[in-house]
Amino acid sequence: MFSRAYKTAVTVPPLLWVTVFLLVPYALLFCYSFWTVSPAGNIVHHWNLGNYRELLQVHVYFQTLLRSMWVAARVMLLALLLGYPLAYYVSFHAGARKDLLYQLVIIPLWVSYLVRAYAWKTILGSDGVLNTLLQYVHLTRHPVEFLLYSPFAVVLTLTHIYTPFAFLPIYASLEHIPRNLVEASHDLGASPLQTFWRVILPLSIPGVLAGATFAFVLSLGDFLAPLLLGGPSGIMISNIVVSLFGAAYNWPLGAAISLCMLLLVISLLFLSERLEKKWSFS
Amino acid sequence: MELLVSATTHNPRWLGIYALLVFAFLYLPILVLIVYSFNGGGVGGFPPHNFTFSWYRMLLGDGAMWESVLNSLAVALAAMAISLLLGIPAALALDRASFPGKAAFRRLVLLPLILPGIITGLSLLMLFVDMGMRLSLLTITLGHGTALISVATTDIFAGLQKLDRAQEEASLDLGANYWQTFWRVTLPNLRLPIIGAALLIFTLSMDEIAVSFFLIGRDNTLPLEIWSRLRRGMTPEINAISTVIFVFSLVAIVLWYRLRARAEGQPELGAEWVETAAAGS
Repeated sequence: MFSRAYKTAVTVPPLLWVTVFLLVPYALLFCYSFWTVSPAGNIVHHWNLGNYRELLQVHVYFQTLLRSMWVAARVMLLALLLGYPLAYYVSFHAGARKDLLYQLVIIPLWVSYLVRAYAWKTILGSDGVLNTLLQYVHLTRHPVEFLLYSPFAVVLTLTHIYTPFAFLPIYASLEHIPRNLVEASHDLGASPLQTFWRVILPLSIPGVLAGATFAFVLSLGDFLAPLLLGGPSGIMISNIVVSLFGAAYNWPLGAAISLCMLLLVISLLFLSERLEKKWSFS
Repeated sequence: MELLVSATTHNPRWLGIYALLVFAFLYLPILVLIVYSFNGGGVGGFPPHNFTFSWYRMLLGDGAMWESVLNSLAVALAAMAISLLLGIPAALALDRASFPGKAAFRRLVLLPLILPGIITGLSLLMLFVDMGMRLSLLTITLGHGTALISVATTDIFAGLQKLDRAQEEASLDLGANYWQTFWRVTLPNLRLPIIGAALLIFTLSMDEIAVSFFLIGRDNTLPLEIWSRLRRGMTPEINAISTVIFVFSLVAIVLWYRLRARAEGQPELGAEWVETAAAGS
């Protein structure tokens, strides 16, 4: 029903644009990672593996990557621990307030990322809300210093930011579970716990996987929360990239780290997609 | 404790309490932010004391802050135009045309939403520098516009799937050309997804910082202005501007729901792209 001209007209402009502004930039990232920078500060278009050799030899890069993954893993676990029961409650037990509660989870997503990170900074600081509250009720006499400028602050803030992201796909998968399956399980004599364990949880695995992937991937590459709340011990891999693109001026090395991150993220997405397919029942 | 009352059969009490605690966790920082925007004693310190509007008064007179707000508005509107102008044809292409690399195209468009912003930001930085472009609000706009095509595409593609093809067929049979059919039949039918996508793109662009961080020239967007001030120290003025933005976002959400409820009654703004991104990843 649609002519060739119509199809060309709708296909070519977005295809061209996306090629120039997405495909070429990602390809450039790839190219840069094999180039070097001269002592005078120019990019030398000389192909070599020097950057990757450096990544393998200088341990701080690998250690920081591991630490970032550890932060991301904790955020993922916490976001699931908070997001899953919440999604389960809203989907199965909220009754008439279901829509309202759903919107209440979404609304924090509309509050700026930066603003929420900043809010945690005002809460956790040594003369912040929490510390002065603790002293006000005489629980402590001096400010608790480890709250801010630590990996703990970063994990807490990222958990706050990504819990709604984990909630959404889990909620969607819970909503797709046919309710008569749950009723059948009750009718056949299963206890609520058994029904949850044998029916609901397995059917919601695709949502859990999607939510977990989101939380992990997005917090892995974060660099603003660590800058704002992390302190020296909270540095993450993206902070190294930022400094390589800034003061340290070594774009090729920064590109190599970014490319490793990109590959890690894409393989995680791929893995999660495979697992989701395996677990989906349709 | 009203939350604990339920319509379904079995409802463990602890689950309701747990849900309440998670909500408290989600809203506590926002509440603190708003309360301390009226606090005469600064950003910290419990209990808050000296109720004041002076931070808002200070904000009103803050030229640099408002300039960054105007910059952000301009960027968000232009980015919205770019994403829609390319996202609408892209959705039509995905729905109706077959071309080599279609599956790859679909994934590529989604990547900026799923990848950490730093990767997209750096890649675009390299492109613009190699093209000899000077970094400015224009480079940020191009970055936002490109990264958010995905939002327009997924929303409008979902709308096209629900569209009744017979209307377009009838229009073509009755002698309208493709352009007329698109303008008079297809587009009006896609009104809601387009408005929804536009709102979402606008909000995401207003808030975007990871990509802008690398593409910034001399003029700041609002998040970058806030960021540069945070590095200098904390002031309740930031609480004040955040509260103002929050109220505006709330108004936007409510308006959108009323619009959408009137049209079909299934509000899910903000959720589609997360779900689509999850499904399409």
